[in-house]
Amino acid sequence: MKIRAIALNTFKEAIRDRILYLLLFFAALSIILSRALALLTVGDRVKIIKDVGLASLSLFGALMAILIGTSLVYKEIDKKTIFTLLSKPVHRLEFLLGKFFGLVFTLLVMLSLMSLIFLALIFFHTFKIEWKMLIAIFFIFLELVLITSVATLFSCFSTPILSSIFSLSFYLIGHLSWGLETLIRKIQSGIVKAFVQILYLFLPDLENFNFKTEVVHGLQVPTKIYLFSTLYGIVYTLFILTLAILVFRRRDFI
Amino acid sequence: MATALRIEDLHKSFKIGFIPKKKEILKGISFSIQEGEIFGYLGPNGAGKTTTLKCVLGLIFPERGKIEIFDQPHLSLQAKEQVGFLPENPYFYDYLTAWEFLGFYGQLFLLKKKEKEEKINYLLELVGLKKDANLQLRKFSRGMLQRVGLAQALINDPQLVLLDEPLGGLDPLGRKELRDVIVRLKGEGKTVFLCSHILQDIEMICDRVAIIVNGQIINQGTLQDLVQEKIFFTEVIISGLDEKELEGLGECSSVHGERILLKVFEEEALERVLSLVQAQKAKIHSLIPRTETLEDLFVEIVKEK
Repeated sequence: MKIRAIALNTFKEAIRDRILYLLLFFAALSIILSRALALLTVGDRVKIIKDVGLASLSLFGALMAILIGTSLVYKEIDKKTIFTLLSKPVHRLEFLLGKFFGLVFTLLVMLSLMSLIFLALIFFHTFKIEWKMLIAIFFIFLELVLITSVATLFSCFSTPILSSIFSLSFYLIGHLSWGLETLIRKIQSGIVKAFVQILYLFLPDLENFNFKTEVVHGLQVPTKIYLFSTLYGIVYTLFILTLAILVFRRRDFI
Repeated sequence: MATALRIEDLHKSFKIGFIPKKKEILKGISFSIQEGEIFGYLGPNGAGKTTTLKCVLGLIFPERGKIEIFDQPHLSLQAKEQVGFLPENPYFYDYLTAWEFLGFYGQLFLLKKKEKEEKINYLLELVGLKKDANLQLRKFSRGMLQRVGLAQALINDPQLVLLDEPLGGLDPLGRKELRDVIVRLKGEGKTVFLCSHILQDIEMICDRVAIIVNGQIINQGTLQDLVQEKIFFTEVIISGLDEKELEGLGECSSVHGERILLKVFEEEALERVLSLVQAQKAKIHSLIPRTETLEDLFVEIVKEK
């Protein structure tokens, strides 16, 4: 109940942030311009629209999560609104979860809006609603939830600019770390292999949430892989949130 | 009578700077506030008033010491449910209206919808913001923010109200109204903890006072105990007399047209002044004995330190 109140308040704050609409505008622009790209290609034009559209959803969603997420907790501390809030019978855990869920809800609304534009554009080309796209979008959402938790974690102890850089690095590393997996397969066993394996275990692998190609080209994906990706997202998010709570729990608000 | 707030041997230091250097802010603070009294906590800037408050509210964690609110550990939810807090220079969610803002805090106390609405109406009336209920807080003046801040501090009908510089930024009328509200809270049986350096206000409404300087409590007790009743001197404003006639009776400090401000230090001299005034058919405009005030005591203590 208290978490819900804080989450709703966070949502109210987030949707009054202008930067959100700027990003939404560019996301819509990018989705619609994918049609121009499609005109320049030989072959299946709708595939290009789907490809570019899903990539836009993922990129702009991540930017929203990072830019809003890194400032939300920080703003409360900086503007001292947290003083009155935490003097009420509210646990710090409830505060942090409220902030997190408020942001997740904001992203859900934004992602739905973007998806609507995206699905409508496809509909104008194929005259049918491509429900399969929703699978890819669901995993994009899971990725956004994870990025939100990372942004919240950094926001607990760092300024928005630094937190944004950290979170953006997390996003980039997350999309490049699958290279390590290939590396593990290529090198002989030994200390180096063990080291790379440990590194891969802790570094995020956001490619786990990338089902764009599979969905666009209509490839079959075993349910096991969907399940693994979902579980990966949940466990990783919980891990980051726990870290955030540990940092936040004993913090002095001067 | 129950103890509303008990603080024992509170220590807190902060690490400051790039190469962290420890700075002790609170050096063993102890005091207790009885239920139903208005307790003034005063000290110069940087003495540790707000730090003490933040320790009580669980915003910062003391290194040593014990804090109890109505005999409950201060971090427990039961303790926090009894507390209302107005911070210094309140800044709130400026995108909310006064009504939404109070509603949000009401939700944190799990108030029912009807109860919440009645409460908000009552509080907006109490702090004089009824007509601004649907105005966004960003359009509020500083004084109005202070008022809405007081309203949020009272949303849960707290037994212990903590106010940090509540009278800062208010005009004289606003200060009077707020003082009335504080006295009214006392009338309702609530305990008020008032941090301030506006001494006049503390003097006017507080039952007991503690003075903190450099992280230590230097003096505490009832106002009567702390401030002596001794008369320092008497200020007399006279007209119709020549300055020369008053020579030797006191100190003429200023002359405005006909009016003379005279400081008389002895009782006998005062009587002579009065008989002189009668004999010469002169006029007395005012006669004020200056006793020791909290301000004198405060200045003396801070200077000593």
